[in-house]
Amino acid sequence: MANLSSEFVGIKSPNPFWLASAPPTDKAYNVCRAFEAGWGGVVWKTLGAEGPPVVNVNGPRYGAMYAGDRRLIGFNNIELITDRSLQINLDEMRQVKRDWPDRALVASLMVPCEEQAWKDILVAVEDTGADGVELNFGCPHGMAERGMGSAVGQVPEYIEMVSRWCKKYTDMPVIVKLTPNITDVRFPARAAKAGGADAVSLINTINSIISVNLDRMAPEPMIDGYGAHGGYCGPAVKPIALNMVAEIARDPETADLPVSGIGGITTWRDAAEFLALGAGNVQVCTAAMTYGFKIIDELTSGLSQWMDDSGYTSISEFSGKAVKKAVDWQDLNLNYVTKAVIDQDSCIKCGRCHIACEDTSHQAITQSKNGERHFEVIDKECVGCNLCVTVCPVESCISMVEMESGSDPRTGLKIDRNYANWTTHPNNPSRVESTS
Amino acid sequence: MDSIQKGSSALQVDLHPPLDRRDALVESERCFFCHDAPCLTACPTDIDIPLFIRQIRSDNPQSAARTIFSENILGGMCARVCPTETLCEQACVRQDEGAPVRIGLLQRYATDHFMESGEHPVERSEDTGKKVAVVGAGPAGMSCAHRLASHGHQVTLFDAKEKPGGLNEFGIASYKSPQNFAQREVEFVLDIGGIYLQLGVRVGADISIQKLSDEYQAVFFAAGLGDVNALSIPGIELKGVRDAVAFIEELRQCEDYEKMKVGERVAVIGGGMTAIDAAVQAKMLGAREVTVLYRGGQEKMKASVFEQELAQKHGVKLSFGVSPEAVVGDSGKVMGIQIKRDMDGKSEREELVVDSLLVAIGQRLHSELGEQLKQQGLDLSAGKINIDSDGRCVGSHFWAGGDCANGGEDLTVTAVQQGKVAAESIHAALTAQES
Ligand SMILES: Cc1cc2nc3c(=O)[nH]c(=O)nc-3n(C[C@H](O)[C@H](O)[C@H](O)COP(=O)(O)OP(=O)(O)OC[C@H]3O[C@@H](n4cnc5c(N)ncnc54)[C@H](O)[C@@H]3O)c2cc1C
Ligand SMILES: Cc1cc2nc3c(=O)[nH]c(=O)nc-3n(C[C@H](O)[C@H](O)[C@H](O)COP(=O)(O)O)c2cc1C
Ligand code: SF4
Repeated sequence: MANLSSEFVGIKSPNPFWLASAPPTDKAYNVCRAFEAGWGGVVWKTLGAEGPPVVNVNGPRYGAMYAGDRRLIGFNNIELITDRSLQINLDEMRQVKRDWPDRALVASLMVPCEEQAWKDILVAVEDTGADGVELNFGCPHGMAERGMGSAVGQVPEYIEMVSRWCKKYTDMPVIVKLTPNITDVRFPARAAKAGGADAVSLINTINSIISVNLDRMAPEPMIDGYGAHGGYCGPAVKPIALNMVAEIARDPETADLPVSGIGGITTWRDAAEFLALGAGNVQVCTAAMTYGFKIIDELTSGLSQWMDDSGYTSISEFSGKAVKKAVDWQDLNLNYVTKAVIDQDSCIKCGRCHIACEDTSHQAITQSKNGERHFEVIDKECVGCNLCVTVCPVESCISMVEMESGSDPRTGLKIDRNYANWTTHPNNPSRVESTS
Repeated sequence: MDSIQKGSSALQVDLHPPLDRRDALVESERCFFCHDAPCLTACPTDIDIPLFIRQIRSDNPQSAARTIFSENILGGMCARVCPTETLCEQACVRQDEGAPVRIGLLQRYATDHFMESGEHPVERSEDTGKKVAVVGAGPAGMSCAHRLASHGHQVTLFDAKEKPGGLNEFGIASYKSPQNFAQREVEFVLDIGGIYLQLGVRVGADISIQKLSDEYQAVFFAAGLGDVNALSIPGIELKGVRDAVAFIEELRQCEDYEKMKVGERVAVIGGGMTAIDAAVQAKMLGAREVTVLYRGGQEKMKASVFEQELAQKHGVKLSFGVSPEAVVGDSGKVMGIQIKRDMDGKSEREELVVDSLLVAIGQRLHSELGEQLKQQGLDLSAGKINIDSDGRCVGSHFWAGGDCANGGEDLTVTAVQQGKVAAESIHAALTAQES
């Protein structure tokens, strides 16, 4: 059996699955239920500075995007950081850590951009016995308008400055949680590293309006007839998060910076993908909020089964293993030629591949043969784009097969088994000489 | 089969419970939106099935219903009575995985939704002042009348009965169309305007065909099949023997099922939809034993496998390879039936004890009407009117469609299509006269 135990910036947990800072981690009650269910750790719901806590709206704070069977695929919220007093949170954290010493307990923090404010809260958190802190530079709504959250996360200089303060006032590991609401995630990650942060975690939620109520002519969720933009998360954001994690992992400046992967993780496979692209552990919010804590059983058993099947005994054996394969477009081999092949036995003759290719692409799939419905790829036209595969409702019915010899009937060019990319391509005005 | 309801209350419960909004959204998601979709080709009325399902999927059942009604104004009834297992759903590309998209129920969801809204899906064109007579207010007649009215023509819709609807009202099994749906649908169809219903008028008796021909610019015959095939065996005149269509008609019009006499041991002779419907409904009415006696083997039975299973699930016994030879009785009342059973080349004779016998061996054109139509120069074969692909009666200036005409199966949906096609042909002819 694979060993799922995890160590992330020195913080140990029995598995790499932490609950992200959000409602599931807002109170001792929830966190204890999560630990009973088997979660490896939690990042406590973001704490604010001493003083009267923030207030949340008293109406709907969530909105959702659904697939046809009402399966939730995108989730949006306008919730703020914890609306409970700092002291209650600290007391509960202390008790929980005492009761669950083998689980990770990380405090998420968001205080005004002043050195003293950060110093005060770090001292208070350290006293609870928490394993580390996560700086919430990500929240895109409400807090940003007050100069916190993503307002800090969007300015690399602030990230570096606050990280440096934190490292100065605590020995706990410091994780910087990044906002995706920027153009190039490598800059805030580099800033965190420059400030001495031990790790980054990403992504926080994406700025979004989930829907518009067409009767009331207002964005949803609606508070007394008005709506504000909120943070988007859930399965739909996973591709965006994966790319951002990979960008940081393959950036030479941050390649050695540990990453906690977050964003749309719903099944063990999602988690494995984050880990493969360089995450050291993962955090989950929406999936838990949708299905409850019990999904941890699917996450751990699935990951463990896959590791057994693949011959991995520990997470570190495959963490980051796909990073080297994530390259820039210009590094892709242009001599690699594939053609779509339709397996006639499993084809159900729905015609979707034909109409997709015919209407919107390369006219490379027939629709009839001897007067019968029949779908077959015309190699002379097929550019190998994979559109037919993506629209086919039958799994494995259409496959992309590499041409290993002969010549491509579309271009007439002989198949060349040597690697050659755009940088050396004759059509590239700024090509360089091939070295191979 | 969704769930088996038993007893006479089952007569007023939908055989397939309708889908609610959520079920419909989930089911519609299963449709692949096929290109040049096979289901569309399989629908006799050419409803754009992938399109209406996609409209349901986007939570727009009103538009979905318009898509349906634009080709089939009786889409509501068809959603209830079409043998989808041999039509659209059979053609669905997901049939092979054993679970085709439930097109019939989705159609019902959209059409029910629309009909509850009280709107009408089609706007009538400006009145043309042209008059058309339609004979028979069954599905073929209603479909033709509606399409003609939509083109602005004035339609007089004759029916010999006091209630419109044809077999929708008098023949379709009760559990396929409960809660007076047939009459609600007639009202819905008439909402377009321009259709004048003349009930209780038998064409050929109360008004002559010649008169129709003189007074209207076009005439469409959709009189269905008014006569039943007779079984000529000894004892057939005994009390307790009756025609299954008449039995179903009485049941459909019955207000109090307690008062319907069905008998304890019922035999139904025949192998089609009517035989099955009569047997299942007899069972629901409380008959203890119901047996369908069919001459041929199971594979030859006209009733689909689905219908055969439906009957069996309701406790109806299906007997194959049996020919009735004589009805036996006492004091004028049926007591049993002598049958010959053919098995493995051998024949055995036996007598079944029954107190009620229903005969369902097919219907044909009303003989008197048939004679009159022949006199008008119409071409009949196999007891039905011959028509061309536009619904024109071969050798005359009339149109015909539905069960009384040849071509296509005897189904509600076929009748609707033939009515629609004839209406377009009539419209083209009336418009051509003008220019
Ligand atoms: C018992 C039974 C069950 C059936 N079940 C199904 C089913 O589940 N699904 C399905 O698709 N099909 C079913 N059918 C077949 C379907 O009902 C018919 O195919 C369809 O009704 C034919 O429509 P129509 O308009 O041609 O004729 P009809 O529905 O028979 O209508 C003909 C109308 O013409 C009127 N008429 C007759 N003569 C004259 C006259 N001289 N003057 C004026 N009016 C006249 C009649 O009163 C009647 O109203 C069933 C049929 C029967 C008998
Ligand atoms: C209702 C809600 C409240 C959240 N509150 C916080 C918060 O207080 N602090 C924080 O760092 N992230 C917060 N998040 C962001 C999550 O921690 C997480 O980064 C994001 O939801 C992406 O992960 P997911 O796709 O698994 O949900 C919140 C998310 C949700 C849905
Ligand atoms: S791979 Fe692209 S071009 Fe080739 S057949 Fe499929 S859709 Fe058409």
